[in-house]
Amino acid sequence: MAIKNKKLNLKDKYQYLTRDMAWEPTYQKKEDIYPDEQFEGIKITDWSQWEDPFRLTMDAYWKYQAEKEKKLYAIFDAFAQNNGHQNITDARYVNALKLFLSGVSPLEYAAFQGYARVGRQFSGAGARVACQLQAIDELRHSQTQQHAMSHYNKHFNGLHDAAHQHDRIWFLSVPKSFFDDARSAGPFEFLTAISFSFEYVLTNLLFVPFMSGAAYNGDMATVTFGFSAQSDEARHMTLGLEVIKFILEQHEDNVPIIQRWIDKWFWRGFRLLSLVGMMMDYMLPNKVMSWAEAWEVYYEQNGGALFKDLERYGIRPPKYQDVANAAKNHVSHQAWGTFYQYSQATNFHTWMPEEEEMTWLSEKYPETFDKYYRARFEHWDKEQKEGRRFYNNTLPQLCQVCQIPVIFTEKDDPSVFSHRQIKHEGERYHFCSDGCCDIFKNEPEKYIQAWLPVHQIYQGNCGGADVATVVEKYYHINLGVDNMEYHGSPDHQRWLDIKGLKPLQSNSEKKTAA
Amino acid sequence: MSQKVFIAFQDNDNARYLVEAVMQDNPEAEVQHQPAMIRIEAEKRLVINRATMEETLGREWDVQEMLIDVISIGGNVDEDDDHFILQWN
Ligand SMILES: [Fe+2]
Ligand SMILES: [Fe+2]
Ligand SMILES: [Zn+2]
Repeated sequence: MAIKNKKLNLKDKYQYLTRDMAWEPTYQKKEDIYPDEQFEGIKITDWSQWEDPFRLTMDAYWKYQAEKEKKLYAIFDAFAQNNGHQNITDARYVNALKLFLSGVSPLEYAAFQGYARVGRQFSGAGARVACQLQAIDELRHSQTQQHAMSHYNKHFNGLHDAAHQHDRIWFLSVPKSFFDDARSAGPFEFLTAISFSFEYVLTNLLFVPFMSGAAYNGDMATVTFGFSAQSDEARHMTLGLEVIKFILEQHEDNVPIIQRWIDKWFWRGFRLLSLVGMMMDYMLPNKVMSWAEAWEVYYEQNGGALFKDLERYGIRPPKYQDVANAAKNHVSHQAWGTFYQYSQATNFHTWMPEEEEMTWLSEKYPETFDKYYRARFEHWDKEQKEGRRFYNNTLPQLCQVCQIPVIFTEKDDPSVFSHRQIKHEGERYHFCSDGCCDIFKNEPEKYIQAWLPVHQIYQGNCGGADVATVVEKYYHINLGVDNMEYHGSPDHQRWLDIKGLKPLQSNSEKKTAA
Repeated sequence: MSQKVFIAFQDNDNARYLVEAVMQDNPEAEVQHQPAMIRIEAEKRLVINRATMEETLGREWDVQEMLIDVISIGGNVDEDDDHFILQWN
């Protein structure tokens, strides 16, 4: 090839450095080299049709990623050197970081493992390269998030063992099982689940509010790692959309398979994001936008444009989208109410909103907050102030699929819990919704194996029979120090010390503060 | 139904030039300032031209440099040496 001219154009460079690096096998059969490519029923007739719109090659990848890392770590250093944690709006905010570090950062690591695996399983070189680059990105996200939060771990409680907790704590089985479900599926379902449904359709709802929230609450370190990760995300999202279009264009038999996966992973993602909804509405002292507003912009508007675009392939919007749209005015309140009651078993503190926050909630949720939630929250607030902070000691019924307690209500009646159950081979299984029940019915042999935290506690598999033993010994939470009511907690006390400019306690003393 | 494409950048020094260039080439686009980020949306199509960016910046600019400052996008991507386009069909 004649490369006389000084610079290859993007298209040629991409061709030489990705597609042309692959070869046709001669002494092994393709099916033996890529054994997982067939079983899901997806038909690929021509891998060369695969488009990577960013046309990213390894040399450019290292160059831009190195630049991102340099910027990021300069800011981490500045943040630590200037005691950046003292400039946040309020220490209640740090609880959002505890949720993030134990609930989201381990998912980045799971994504790294997932993409490294599928990056080996496709016979098309373009898809393999895109997945391998993404695997490295996801590992970077997991690492930079832990580095950013390590500064907070020096000054606040509850950030000390996130990876251990991710595999054990009851509500963390919600994000964990989501990714485990995707990673234990075939390679095409994995991409539909994570690249398309999660990253393209829903990830804006996770990162953009979280990072804007961090910016609004004075947390420079989190804004920076978040946006640095998001700069990779634009590439991941594009991959997600291209994957779907590619599979749909390859064969019409792929359409119903993809539609079923979109239905499944939209619903699973929507349930998972209820954690983000409560974070936005309740855990940010300075609020950016309500969960309902974020859902309107990032799902109803952007998702609407997307599914209109996909119509020409015979794809319709996800099943139960109407239920999800209607739920935007309820999920955050229902989720926070649940975490408040079970805060003896969470790895962060909870509290009832202050009066001006209640006013904000009434304004943002004119049809639901005052009517369904305010009275209960005011009652709990009063109880707490009178020394009777409410904790619920009955373990909840979990959904067999999303693993969230059955706490959400019916679409047409917010006073009735949504609960479904079916019998399968003599056993009864419980669900939070028709969406989750449908997912089970399609693959019962997968979901009967679910590791449900409440069942596991009752079966004696979590270190003990009472809350204190499970929480302290099995979850590694310091009961009453890392969790329960925020007001009067060591974190709260420490924050008052910081703001009152009293001498600070040393790090070694912080865990024992009363 | 309206079909908006969008792109969001970190609100930093580079972004000022990007926004300026985008607005020059897409006068109907709408710029939204949000905490730490700038979001630009447009009906159906949004284009970033290398030529306009180089003019605005006063130096050579590689379309892939944008990857450093972008936060999120919505729409089908078409990129080559001279432009970055987002669109819905
Ligand atoms: Fe990531
Ligand atoms: Fe990602
Ligand atoms: Zn469920």
